[in-house]
Amino acid sequence: MAPKRTATPPPLHDLPTAKEKKYDRQLRLWGASGQQALEETHILLIDNGSGVTGTEALKNLVLPGIGQFSILDPAVVTEADLGVNFFLEDESLGKFRAEETVRLLVELNPDVKGTAVKEPLETFLAKDGVFTPYTLVLVAAPIEPTNLAQIQKHTAALNIPLFYLHSVGYYAHFSIQLPPAFPIVDTHPDATALDDLRVLKPWPELIKFSQEKTNGIQSMSAHEKGHIPYVCLLLHYVDKWMAENDGKLPEAYKDKTAVRNMIRAEGGDEENFEEAYGAVLKSLNPPKPSSSVREILTAPETQQLSPNAASFWFIARAVQEFYNKHGVLPLPGGLPDMKAHSNDYISLQKIYKEKARQDFAEVTSTVQQLEQTAGHSKPIIDPKEIENFCKGAAHIHLVRGRPLQIAQPGADVKFNDRAKALANELTNPEGLMGLYIAFLAFDDFVATHSPPTTQADGTSSLIAPGEPGADHEADAAKLTGIAHKIVDNLITEAGTRIEDPEYSELKEEIERLCTEITRAGGKELHNIASLAGGMIAQEIIKVLTAQYIPVHNCCLFDGIASRSSVLRI
Amino acid sequence: MAATMQPEAVRPSMNGESDFSRAKWAYLDSFLSRPGAYSDPEMFVPGEIPVKSISESAQILVIGAGGLGCEILKNLALSGFRNIHVIDMDTIDVSNLNRQFLFRAKDVGKPKASVAAEFVMKRVPGCNITPFVGKIQDKDEAYYKQFNLVICGLDSIEARRWINATLIDMVDDEDPDSLKPLIDGGTEGFKGQSRVILPTMTSCIECQLDMHAPRAAVPLCTLATIPRQPQHCIEWAHIIKWEEERKDIQLDTDEPEHITWLYQKALSRAEEFGIQGVTYSMTQGVVKNIIPAIASTNAIIAASCCNEAFKLISSSAPSLGMPGTNNYMQYTGDAGVYTFTFEHQKKDDCPVCGNLPKDLTVDPEQTLEELIESFAARPESQLKKPTLKTEGKSLYFPYPPSLEEQTRPNLKRKMKDLLSNGEQLAVSDPAYPISFRYNVSFS
Repeated sequence: MAPKRTATPPPLHDLPTAKEKKYDRQLRLWGASGQQALEETHILLIDNGSGVTGTEALKNLVLPGIGQFSILDPAVVTEADLGVNFFLEDESLGKFRAEETVRLLVELNPDVKGTAVKEPLETFLAKDGVFTPYTLVLVAAPIEPTNLAQIQKHTAALNIPLFYLHSVGYYAHFSIQLPPAFPIVDTHPDATALDDLRVLKPWPELIKFSQEKTNGIQSMSAHEKGHIPYVCLLLHYVDKWMAENDGKLPEAYKDKTAVRNMIRAEGGDEENFEEAYGAVLKSLNPPKPSSSVREILTAPETQQLSPNAASFWFIARAVQEFYNKHGVLPLPGGLPDMKAHSNDYISLQKIYKEKARQDFAEVTSTVQQLEQTAGHSKPIIDPKEIENFCKGAAHIHLVRGRPLQIAQPGADVKFNDRAKALANELTNPEGLMGLYIAFLAFDDFVATHSPPTTQADGTSSLIAPGEPGADHEADAAKLTGIAHKIVDNLITEAGTRIEDPEYSELKEEIERLCTEITRAGGKELHNIASLAGGMIAQEIIKVLTAQYIPVHNCCLFDGIASRSSVLRI
Repeated sequence: MAATMQPEAVRPSMNGESDFSRAKWAYLDSFLSRPGAYSDPEMFVPGEIPVKSISESAQILVIGAGGLGCEILKNLALSGFRNIHVIDMDTIDVSNLNRQFLFRAKDVGKPKASVAAEFVMKRVPGCNITPFVGKIQDKDEAYYKQFNLVICGLDSIEARRWINATLIDMVDDEDPDSLKPLIDGGTEGFKGQSRVILPTMTSCIECQLDMHAPRAAVPLCTLATIPRQPQHCIEWAHIIKWEEERKDIQLDTDEPEHITWLYQKALSRAEEFGIQGVTYSMTQGVVKNIIPAIASTNAIIAASCCNEAFKLISSSAPSLGMPGTNNYMQYTGDAGVYTFTFEHQKKDDCPVCGNLPKDLTVDPEQTLEELIESFAARPESQLKKPTLKTEGKSLYFPYPPSLEEQTRPNLKRKMKDLLSNGEQLAVSDPAYPISFRYNVSFS
């Protein structure tokens, strides 16, 4: 066949820009809005130890293009640093580690700005407002507990997310302190979780369309019957079942099965009937909000809407009013693909989109009324934000940030309202609570074994258990002693008991963990640093873009068993 | 345990490098000079032995110098490994720069393997990385024999299946050195997996093939007559329109002019049917089957693979993959962090490492052609151009042309006319050194 060409090809408005080409593989995950959020950030890394995990995390953030980063590290590069940190080179020896690391990190992406802060942490913290420029702070252990407590206080006051990490030998840990209310609209649920067809709660336009498509179904040609969109089939057979069952909705499992059998009996193995058959169980559910959505709709921030609340709460309140009025959340408006004629599918798609648009318009008008009541002279909440909220309403998520736990020497570690749950975790064979306690003990050890003052050259000399050259067996015994005490205090605080043999096994396991931690002498293995740096970078991206769902609030990685565990501390 | 048992600092003699200092490796050497709480005392003697195993004896092969490969090379170099080879046939593209951190904008168009090797060797002097720009299929058993361990950071299932089958084929029961552990990583978005395979001893890539089921293809008639989604319009342009109008030009999915052409065709078709949502980016995604990829996930999975390699070679802690223990870690990072670490069981009827034929139920009225098509979609086989034979006769050979011609008439014949119930069927594909054996029973 001779090649024929369209006379005028449609104009191309969306050829990718250079930036879109470079970031293509990540834009497919977090989109332009996520990218913009990343580009507006400034991350501060506070490093005391060998600092590889934090550097690796920054590498994974510089590459996708965060706005800026700073590294606070007063240390000078030693030979041992070169064997573990990829962002140092032989010529870095004797120079400031922060400067060298920043130089080699910014090479990765010309769009990112990096700054080295070489002053000791104490003098940095002594100044006013030092945290104001930053969007997120990442602190690597070891660190003086008093310094960590100060960082925590300042970041909490500014609602800046704070990450605290350990990476020692085969083990790593990080905890995240988020603001008391950290809402997420775009949680990226599985594609299959997004379908909301409202088969049990149809609206007039949908009912009308379905009736048209299924009218005279008995006498249709096989071709026509085989192209009825399955949503219409579901509506048709639900109707039929209800007519035979005094108008009752088929909500019980056996009712749904009856509808399903009806579909099978009438459609055989036609593809669209197969689709309908397969969709019965998940589609014949009344669209009830999940418990986490209900928690947001009934949250104090929604109920007693404050005039200066974040836009999220205005929209949440409007959605709550929508739900109270209609008994359903706003329709997301998407339609999964299904066997159908093109024009039928497009018509059906328009019906869902139009309904979603109406719901969105209703919510928007409520938001504007709420804004007026709150005294906004004109509406300031972006309609795009309202639209996203409406589309994702069934999957919105709220994290109630909790304060970071800090092991203060001489004071017992308290677990407060989490004591009972965490004491139970001690004997969970899948959990890593023992490792968390070993890291608390590590912090206690550092605090009680390090000289109280900063060195003359500005670097602090924090002593970790088992430093190269130290008596590691003696240190392991000390670390184990501290950890055992924390375990016993936790059990007491929880008001519970762990009987033998579980109790002795737990203590032996803690001893092995402490021995393994001491083996590394507070130093990082590059693989674990890189792995933990990857995990932390993923979490930072989730927090900065407010997309997906971050860890709440503590994550451990065991590089010997190759598994992780998340705890709520 | 007596503290005197372990020397605190080791200075292994380095052949011909008297000025080579271990000062850089102080942390690593100290770590390997102390006993581990979980290491097997029979296997792990702290001190010089593990240090030398890592820095001198181990020869590691890295397959792939992309997102995972760059990380793997860095991790191996900073784990103290000094003898590394890397294979990759690709050149650097601008869309690699958001994660493949050994490459810069000036490197676009150069081969990945050599740029990556050069960068790591410059950053970590003393580490030797030998690049090979080409396909893994270009190398033979003699080449693969020189390594102690193979780490794969690939995006292709085909290449994984090939190296897996090759390493399994190389195992000689008389020669323990012929067993090359295979460590494999893969990522998609915020998710990934790493796995350790001891060829012939534990579950292999082929045993695990059904963990990566192929995506269901859209029926051709939907593309041709009733498109509903923007993707349908793009596939129509890709599969049907290109063949019709540009048959003589080989489609190159990296060529912007080709993608633009497909995009325009898809857009016109979408407009004709009132379908919204065709974009350039989506066209590229569908045609190239693009999988989202980010630096952080690559970092996690590559480091997990290298951590297993480090444990395996140094014996400083138990690694994944020992028979009867966990060999597979799945990482899911989109909602919180979740890892699932488990033992994937070896399959006795695995076509590569098993010795039993699989059962296959066949409709006797089905044609051979229909059966062949089904092998592409079956999760456990995924063979696109299979050769089929029974013990007595050749049913179908796609190559060479003479045999193809001879066996082609069989394609239209029914299975009941070609086979008897209970007969054994051998299915192979020239792309892999694998032969599937099936016991056929008629439905």
